[in-house]
Amino acid sequence: MREQVIVRVGAKVLVPFIILFGLYVHFHGDYSPGGGFQAGVILAAAFVLYGLVYGLDAVQRVLPPAFVQACAALGVMVFAGVGVLTMFLGGNFLGYGVLAHDPEHGQHYGIIGVEAGVVITVFGVMVSIFYLFAGRGRRSG
Amino acid sequence: MRIRNLFAVVMMAGIYSLLSAGLFTIMDAVDVAFTEAAVGAGISTVLFLGALALVGHHERKPGHTPLLPLIVVLVTGGALVYGTMDMPPYGDPGNPVHHHVADHYLEESPHEIGIPNIVTAVLASYRGYDTMGETTVVFTAAVAVMLLLARRPRRPEEEEDEA
Repeated sequence: MREQVIVRVGAKVLVPFIILFGLYVHFHGDYSPGGGFQAGVILAAAFVLYGLVYGLDAVQRVLPPAFVQACAALGVMVFAGVGVLTMFLGGNFLGYGVLAHDPEHGQHYGIIGVEAGVVITVFGVMVSIFYLFAGRGRRSG
Repeated sequence: MRIRNLFAVVMMAGIYSLLSAGLFTIMDAVDVAFTEAAVGAGISTVLFLGALALVGHHERKPGHTPLLPLIVVLVTGGALVYGTMDMPPYGDPGNPVHHHVADHYLEESPHEIGIPNIVTAVLASYRGYDTMGETTVVFTAAVAVMLLLARRPRRPEEEEDEA
């Protein structure tokens, strides 16, 4: 696909908007359909598209495999970290009410926090798996 | 009718997934539709194509007759259809599933959680513990794929050393 001008330019134009949409789906997940999982997949799709059109080396210069693998683990830690934080603030594990003076605001912060963990994990997992599939055939044939 | 070209099979699976997403939208399960469209029709199709690039896109002829698989499919399908006989009518508001905790979620989540998307409220707050488990499952899946696929090709001298 490296010679296809329309595909190359189209992909380059689309990638920032896909990333923006992914962030919108995450941060607007309280008010509209969507949430962490969908946002993570959409963010990953942006980089998968870039990798499909420009090749694995180009996308791995932007997102090294070690980075996305770390993301996969980091997201789980963020999720559990929010739970531990609420425990330290005197609440139950993942009881977000204690995160702010008003329990409703605390719920907002907590939900955005754990959803951010989901986004990071799903994004890291999807991109890692894509790297593994795409990179497998290159050396070992 | 049988398709031996796996490329066509992957495309059909993607189309099927996209149609299911439309179906979920009609049934007002927009969050599920969103996931189905993004994962089922999007990422899975790309991963299937990546796998096809490795293994080739023609299915070999199986060495057995289709009789046994046909029987298995018919028996399983029959059991599932028989199982639906006992299910409450679809979409009936009096169904037990709508009166366990769903009432509480629908009535109280605007005051307890304060966000309009009840699906997010249930997923991230009421069932936050479950969602943490799911995130861990996604992570575990990635680790499993890494263990299976990320083997580096060994050099011949290393293999001799280990043998």
